[in-house]
Amino acid sequence: MNEDYSDIRSSVRSLCAGFPGEYWRRLDANREYPADFVAAMTEGGFLGALIPEQYGGSGLGIAAASAILEEVHLSGGNAAACHAQMYIMGTVLRHGSDAQKQKYLPGIAAGNIRLQAFGVSEPSSGTDTAALTTTAVLDGDHYVINGQKVWTSRAEYSDLMLLLARTAPIGEGKRRHDGLSVFLVDMQASLGAGLEVRPIKTMINHATTEVFFDNLKVPAESLIGEAGAGFKYILDGMNAERIMISAECVGDARWFIRKATDYANERKVFGRPIGQNQGIQFPIARAYAECEAAALMSQKAAAIFDAGKACGPEANMAKHLAAEASWQAADMCLQTFGGYGFAEEYDVERKFRETRLYQIAPVSTNLILSYIAEHVLGLPRSF
Amino acid sequence: MKIMVAVKRVIDYNVKIRVKNDETGVETANVKMSMNPFDEIAIEEGVRLAEAGTAEELVAVSMGGDGTQETIRTALAMGADRGIHVASDEALEPLAVAKLLKALADKESPDLIILGKQAIDDDSNQTGQMLAALLGWSQGTFASKLEFDGGHVSVTREIDGGLETLRLAMPAVITTDLRLNTPRYASLPNIMKAKKKTIDQMSPEDLGVDVTPRLTTLKVVEPAKREAGVMVETVEELLDKLKNEAKVI
Repeated sequence: MNEDYSDIRSSVRSLCAGFPGEYWRRLDANREYPADFVAAMTEGGFLGALIPEQYGGSGLGIAAASAILEEVHLSGGNAAACHAQMYIMGTVLRHGSDAQKQKYLPGIAAGNIRLQAFGVSEPSSGTDTAALTTTAVLDGDHYVINGQKVWTSRAEYSDLMLLLARTAPIGEGKRRHDGLSVFLVDMQASLGAGLEVRPIKTMINHATTEVFFDNLKVPAESLIGEAGAGFKYILDGMNAERIMISAECVGDARWFIRKATDYANERKVFGRPIGQNQGIQFPIARAYAECEAAALMSQKAAAIFDAGKACGPEANMAKHLAAEASWQAADMCLQTFGGYGFAEEYDVERKFRETRLYQIAPVSTNLILSYIAEHVLGLPRSF
Repeated sequence: MKIMVAVKRVIDYNVKIRVKNDETGVETANVKMSMNPFDEIAIEEGVRLAEAGTAEELVAVSMGGDGTQETIRTALAMGADRGIHVASDEALEPLAVAKLLKALADKESPDLIILGKQAIDDDSNQTGQMLAALLGWSQGTFASKLEFDGGHVSVTREIDGGLETLRLAMPAVITTDLRLNTPRYASLPNIMKAKKKTIDQMSPEDLGVDVTPRLTTLKVVEPAKREAGVMVETVEELLDKLKNEAKVI
């Protein structure tokens, strides 16, 4: 936990300086994908941080990846348009065949193959993953996929999709999660041939979609690992995702705190800075303390993950604490700015909307609490 | 062509400078440090010349305490081939730095030395000129454009009232102005590669240079606080205040 990656942070900061608040506001207003920002992150090699050097990446761990994402958010930007390019490939790396790794990882590291769409949630199964109903049926040398996914982010900006589908009905295996399989779907080849992607308009500029599969044929070699064992393949990726999202929350919280502090020092009412009032400074100080505590848990989770040990409790707690800290900091910042916080030009209202997402995605606060209650504390399962 | 670039570790330009309570200098403990921005431009120019095939080797050099290595590492991540760190905990004055750079130039025999025109901490704007004098080389300061032909370099300089172009015989010392180029940020793969590049370490004694300070700093204080302005109603009132209150006309 001692490495602070100051060299990497400083480079990401320089990159982000080219994408100021004005850039993000324009995209937000036009509901546009930050193509230039993603291209710069790709060109800088930052999205290949976690890919081993033998496949053209930088072979770094989650702690370094977290530093990259935190800096993006601390700069006032948002990494959601490309953070999945960093970690979805982990499932291919850990569970794919040598041929799959050779075929895809170098392109993903270079950025000319985008693997940043993950088809899991369905309209009738979000948290209850085992209840998903999208099916993949083996027919000779290919699988035929039917069903529907929702909240599939970045599907319009991805070449490949990691897809979780049933290859055996629920109840056939010993556990409910048995019978789920992971596929790597070539989206470009599938569009119009049984795959349809429809964007969903949301509260923030987040390129999310619903995806429909109508007798989509994919080659049998699209299967990752063994058929039916897919659920466990995606679990370890989820811990990585939670830790990295917690770093984005820490970046957001630090942005809000800096923004509020600067404003409270500058803004004068009744002839003195508003930050001189305890009613203003205490919430900022509280947000700072909570943010620093969350940052420690995030770093601890990353260190455990990078040491190759089980980090479920820490990854979940990091995501929970950091999402709480960023939301509290957002609320505090808006309150500090008063009416000006609602004016778009200060970026506070945009970041406020953006950081609210982390209470819900990629996993909701309640689910984390029930995980801690059941798996850490040994309380009865509540659902 | 072989190029040597000097880089300096300074307080980051974003940091609000605080004067130490004992008035001996500015606070540098727990303060974010970065490469002097004009030196980033110097490194960038060297990297571009290497990429264009004009330069075969680019050596980044710096002097100072342990943290200096980090700044040299940044230069290596931007594209310098290797580094030299002259370790010293003394407060190094421009003349001492110029002497150290001369000693390094004698060892390394570069064809071109590029420096920032000044460092943003002390704003001395002396080292490049002193170095050129000590070496007896041509100097092109405040460069906004460089063009090479044979053993010469044409330097476009930003001077009062316009641009001046000098044609210098090499070897030469160049100092960079803001508009020479826009420095790149290091890519992640290059940051990783830089960790494997070598930084030679030596001391001022190894180079036979006495770096004892020649100047004594008496006191460092904050600039006087700016008084709030006043609105004037008429030109006559403005002239009156300028003449009688401000006493500037």
